[in-house]
Amino acid sequence: MKTCTAQEAYLKKQTIRKFQIRFFRIFVLLAFLTLWQCASDLGWIDSFIFSSPVKVVRTFYNLMKDHSLPMHIGVTLAETLISFVLTMFFTVLTAILLWIFPKFAEVTEPYFVVLNSLPKSALAPLLIVWLGANMKTIIIAGMSVAIFGSIISLYQGFQEVSQEKMKLIYTLGGKKYQVLLKVVLPASTPYLLSTLKVDIGLCLVGVIIGEFIGARQGLGYLIIYSSQVFKLDWLIMSIVILCVIAMILYQGLCVLEKWYTKKK
Amino acid sequence: MEPLLELKDICFSYHSMEGETPTLTDINITIGEGAFVAVVGPSGCGKSTILSLISGLIKPESGSIFVKGQPLEESDINIGYMLQKDHLFEWRTIYRNVILGLEIQKKLNDNTKAKVEEMLKTYGLEEFRNARPSQLSGGMRQRAALIRTLALEPSLLLLDEPFSALDYQTRLSVADDIGQILKAQKKTALLVTHDISEAISMADQVIVLSNRPAIVKKAVSIDMDIPNRTPMASRNAPAFKTYFNMIWKELNNHEDVYRAGSVS
Repeated sequence: MKTCTAQEAYLKKQTIRKFQIRFFRIFVLLAFLTLWQCASDLGWIDSFIFSSPVKVVRTFYNLMKDHSLPMHIGVTLAETLISFVLTMFFTVLTAILLWIFPKFAEVTEPYFVVLNSLPKSALAPLLIVWLGANMKTIIIAGMSVAIFGSIISLYQGFQEVSQEKMKLIYTLGGKKYQVLLKVVLPASTPYLLSTLKVDIGLCLVGVIIGEFIGARQGLGYLIIYSSQVFKLDWLIMSIVILCVIAMILYQGLCVLEKWYTKKK
Repeated sequence: MEPLLELKDICFSYHSMEGETPTLTDINITIGEGAFVAVVGPSGCGKSTILSLISGLIKPESGSIFVKGQPLEESDINIGYMLQKDHLFEWRTIYRNVILGLEIQKKLNDNTKAKVEEMLKTYGLEEFRNARPSQLSGGMRQRAALIRTLALEPSLLLLDEPFSALDYQTRLSVADDIGQILKAQKKTALLVTHDISEAISMADQVIVLSNRPAIVKKAVSIDMDIPNRTPMASRNAPAFKTYFNMIWKELNNHEDVYRAGSVS
């Protein structure tokens, strides 16, 4: 019976620990919001520049009512998701091509490295001039931030698949395309999933950069516009919304990953 | 009658930037239909290379391989190859791992499926058909790998230290297990191992290789003179020790290296 109670005590301790962490996470948020609100109410900070939680909520409510905000959010979300899906597609496609033609991979490797290290915000003005200030440009700006890094890391994942497992397919009479389909792709799926988790955030970054310089809609545009007309309530609200969007997108991929590992 | 497999004057070297590593010199091996031949030799002497050559994964630099009198490339012989590790794929269930070879060779039909079912039942894996490889013991995994190989109905089976990844206890029983399975199915097999007692207990003939570059030092026919010989029973046979000492001496006898002619 003694081991049972020890086990119970252990479980209880773990539950308490979990609860404490959750509690303090929420506490930090609430404390921050309260402090911010008090500071602006009591005049410690200038509420015109620093806004306040209540003002942010009020701005949110008003902009929702006149339907301009849902449009901005929708545009940014759509651009991010489209550039994410395209990034995913071209990443997998390119990594497969590099795997099939290793010589080509070796030739192009330094170019990928350079393109990956390049600050992609430097490309955005160029893209706007070349392609015009439209949604297509912004989607490409989003892709440009994510794609090179994810091609490199997925290709790396392909190369870490054990040679022996590939040999197995050959000993079973398989061809190269079967090595790809039966071993390389399934073995690299965890790599792909973790790459995607990074990519979704990077696509959002690229889309916002694109919207900064060449858009009439979207949260990036809203941020630039509100800073120019000094509507800092709007600006801070946009940032808060971006936080929420980033969190939701990331969590979505975590759910996907969990589902995949469970299926496994 | 033509022997099932004939290696004639096989030479092979590995090449790297550091230089050439001569691995096999003038290897001659003949295997008759239904025979169980074991190849022993010091580690790194090129034992596994012989199997890779026979399976056609690599080509000999000189010499030729004949299957029933035909050159290997022209023969349509089905060769099964068991690697050192089981290489069961974690993303597939046991059943889907077992049918991998059939899937690759597009031989998956009611007939072959029924055979696989039967083997799963015979070898005690039926209740694990939907389990993941990680849920199985080492011995069970090796049996699953064997079914994967046997499902393709090979007329020649290559075993590349298939038990070396197992602990000693399991190793003995799995070797006994698989030895009996192969005997029952009257398979021709070529086992590569560095374990002398494993070779003697399982094979009808033991071929002793020298250090690299390997030559055939001796070919010993094993005759235990016991009824219903199994690997386990062979270990207890009086002749076992004699053979062991003979092969042990041969392996350690570095001075007296002579070029063996054709052995059969």
